[in-house]
Amino acid sequence: MTRHTENGDGADGTDGSHGDGGPNDGDRRGANDAQRCGCGGTDGTPQPNVPEIGRDERPAIFVPDGGDEEGAGAGPSETDGSAAADAPRTATDGGVESATGGSDSTELDPDAYDPIDVFPEGDLDLRDGADSCYKCTSCDTSCPVAEVDDEFPGPKFQGPEQWRLKRKDDHDIDESITSCSNCMRCDDACPSSVPLSQMHNEARGQFVEEQMEKLSLEYVRNRILANYRTSARLASVVPRLSSFAMNFGPARWAMDKVLGIPKEREFPEFATTTFREWWRDRGGAQIENPDKRVAYFHGCYSNYNTPEVGKAMVRVYEHFGYEVMVPPQKCSGTPMFANGMLKDARRHAETNVENLVEAIGDGADVIASCTSCSMSLRQEYPELFDIHGIEDVSDHTFEALEYLRIHEDLDGALAESDGPGDEQSFAYHAPCHARNQGLARQAVETFRDVDGVEMEDVGDSCSGISGTYGWKSEKYEKSMQIGEEMFDHMEDAEGEVGMTECPTCAMQMEHGTGYEIEHPLQLLEETLVA
Amino acid sequence: MAIDSEVLVVGGGIAGITAAIAAAREGADVRLVSHKASTLRQASGLIDALGYVPPTEPAKPLREGPPTAGWNLDPDEWPDPEGPIADPFEAIDRLPEDHPYRLVGADALREGLALFDDLVGDAYLGGHTDRNALVPTFGGSVKPTARYPASAAAGVASDDRPTLIVGFRSLTEYDARAFADRLAAAGVPFDVAGAEVEFAEAFRADAKVTRLAKALDRDEPIDGTPAREALAKAVGPHLHDVVDEAGGVDRVERVGFPAFLGDDHAAEVRAALADRLGADVFEVPMGPPSLPGLRLEDLLYDALDDAGVRFETGTPAVGYETDEGGAGGDGNGGRIDHLVMDRKGSEVPYGAEAVVLATGGLVGKGLDSDRDGVREPVLDLHVPQPADRYEWFVDDAFGEQPYARFGVRPDERLRPLDGSGEVAYGNVRVAGGVVGGADVAREKSASGVSLATGLVAGREAAREVQQ
Repeated sequence: MTRHTENGDGADGTDGSHGDGGPNDGDRRGANDAQRCGCGGTDGTPQPNVPEIGRDERPAIFVPDGGDEEGAGAGPSETDGSAAADAPRTATDGGVESATGGSDSTELDPDAYDPIDVFPEGDLDLRDGADSCYKCTSCDTSCPVAEVDDEFPGPKFQGPEQWRLKRKDDHDIDESITSCSNCMRCDDACPSSVPLSQMHNEARGQFVEEQMEKLSLEYVRNRILANYRTSARLASVVPRLSSFAMNFGPARWAMDKVLGIPKEREFPEFATTTFREWWRDRGGAQIENPDKRVAYFHGCYSNYNTPEVGKAMVRVYEHFGYEVMVPPQKCSGTPMFANGMLKDARRHAETNVENLVEAIGDGADVIASCTSCSMSLRQEYPELFDIHGIEDVSDHTFEALEYLRIHEDLDGALAESDGPGDEQSFAYHAPCHARNQGLARQAVETFRDVDGVEMEDVGDSCSGISGTYGWKSEKYEKSMQIGEEMFDHMEDAEGEVGMTECPTCAMQMEHGTGYEIEHPLQLLEETLVA
Repeated sequence: MAIDSEVLVVGGGIAGITAAIAAAREGADVRLVSHKASTLRQASGLIDALGYVPPTEPAKPLREGPPTAGWNLDPDEWPDPEGPIADPFEAIDRLPEDHPYRLVGADALREGLALFDDLVGDAYLGGHTDRNALVPTFGGSVKPTARYPASAAAGVASDDRPTLIVGFRSLTEYDARAFADRLAAAGVPFDVAGAEVEFAEAFRADAKVTRLAKALDRDEPIDGTPAREALAKAVGPHLHDVVDEAGGVDRVERVGFPAFLGDDHAAEVRAALADRLGADVFEVPMGPPSLPGLRLEDLLYDALDDAGVRFETGTPAVGYETDEGGAGGDGNGGRIDHLVMDRKGSEVPYGAEAVVLATGGLVGKGLDSDRDGVREPVLDLHVPQPADRYEWFVDDAFGEQPYARFGVRPDERLRPLDGSGEVAYGNVRVAGGVVGGADVAREKSASGVSLATGLVAGREAAREVQQ
């Protein structure tokens, strides 16, 4: 069993005392807190309201404005002190202390001298990654944007090369970074584990922060797209009107002309009852089980647009005897990373991490139904931000189907079931972000042997929408070109219903083929629970 | 509960895929995991079996005394490698005794190639004979290879038809004229000329080859002309560039392109070009980024799917647990109970009754090295190596490099051996680059070693499960 249970006991009695977390989160996000708990978390004294498990060991690259975090942005300074001793830490700014620094001894013992000793260990920021690149260009061949857009110089340039160029202050970030769709396929392609998407996120963040005109329509448009949660929350107040108004012809024409949001795309409909409203109305969890708890990170889309996915998650997990928790949460940050809005993403991440760490302290693992949300919590969070407990969130986060496959006899349960009511055929597309988590085949594998279900993988191409990428007028054509291969394979497939885990892939699949699109959880619910 | 399967194959290259399919065909329930997208996309797409037999002993004995920096031998004191080899199978006996081919036997290579032929169908040629084909590669050399993609078929060097090699200024690593000159200098039995044509100029100078391939796949308009037509038009004026020895000019009968002629619709693109040019069209296999490698990856992963193998990428193996009951004094070593995979920070156990380790060699990171030693990182298997790292290499860069043969040493059933020559784990098999004993770069034997050992390892693993 791999359930992490070592933290459960200590946190059990604290249920009632956990506040909503709002008022003082600003005080405890400092780098010092992160450092104190970076050294293992077992010897430090527990902090109020925070379970005793906060860790943040992985190098992060983004910190809010200069003075916000002590020492950050000013080079490897005192914040790198004690923790660097156990785990080599990376500075946040790429600075190098000195040519011979990095070890305790400044005098090199001539007998033990090796040329590589002149480089300090640790404190190299992304240089390790840049140096790991041996220019095999596997990343470029995997890039769906470079395939259709020869103005885009590809991930090898955007990653290691741009990183070298911008290390000196006299060089601007190349604007082409904004054409990267953040599909992260390059991460999966790189045989040398160069942190390409981390480099892209950093460069894009810096570009938007320092070089992008904040009053430009492009910035405003990107900010709106990145902060989908904000718009969705407002729209959900009057869902029917919003669904109508957002797709009202003249309004769409104006949006295209003024903001650059392609009129070809249809805005997703807003649910008349959000997932959280449904959850509240049903009285929350129907099962209590301190031994099997999960905290559901529904993300924005399952909440505002497809609550049926969230409901399926709850019903399937309750079917397996889990106590489902639905902690307060904001956007996972995926659309913000893709638009270089790292400050927005961090603000949301603080809320998410705080609430999820609390749930983990109560013995829960974190479950996401959107593969980009799980990707963000698992990889981008610890790569980009230093927030107390962010590593724990990463280590305890799983995709919904993945978690059941690890912890339950899902194949057995499906074999015993009679299958869904009628014969169904699906054209399944694996989102790029699922691919990077090793999940590209799990839906096909899970349902392949289920009676009455035909599941066909439509291939390994990118859907082309990549979150907000395909929602920009100037990228719309490219987005559809990238998606063409998937559309073709969907048309060739037996099934007339599409299936995917990612909400924006689903939009693109629907847009390109007219198919109705389902989430694997919905089929699981239909097969096991109904 | 864990992610369970009967046979767990670690590694997504040719060896891993071959092992997985071989095991599945024996009736085992198989899962293949790989850390990253398959490195086949970096491969040329050629399937070599054995092209050369390099000498392993110098012409004169090594000098006495402790090594300093390398063995300081004059490269000239080493005999030239034997080759190109016409028939790989008959040459196997001349390889060192601990070479993987000698361990598993020539029949394993034969069966491995037969399995490959079966998986790729008519996308590959060369299976009609035991003998090697000679295929021009983009450096201008001619490489002995056992199987080659259909896209390279019209380019084989044994063909005597006059040939035009087409290049593009934006593809800096591919100089068509130098390539043609080198082919001529290598003594190929045909007249050849190189020409740089204007087509890729319509794209940005550093456009990726995948961009060019996609444009041809979709037949996108280039300045108003469909891409395939535009490319044919650019080549047209050079069809009479070849001058024979007598000074006469012939119309070329075949035209070679860098390997970017389409991806999903490659055959269609070649046919369209051949039709317009009135000549056969072939691709010259290139280094990465390699479209032939990408196409082969697609073919083999489809074959995995058809064979019922479950597979996933993005999950590195980071640990293992042994089965406590299994270790005994029976000389069959311990047993692996499960491997631990990393899923973006969460550790997930993958249970299996048999494990095939096909993680690659030093380049593929199936072997890890630093200044202290060379290790096999997944199961920490024994990798024999000189204690003094100055004995890992010789000064002659193209010489008999000891490190090239580093790797896990298995018995003839491909069970890994520990430092004392005993089986380390009875339910583990090793295949491909992680197996030591072959200098695949000099022998031109990488794919063949992967196919032969993959086949044996897969069957062995299935047998282990059935016991």
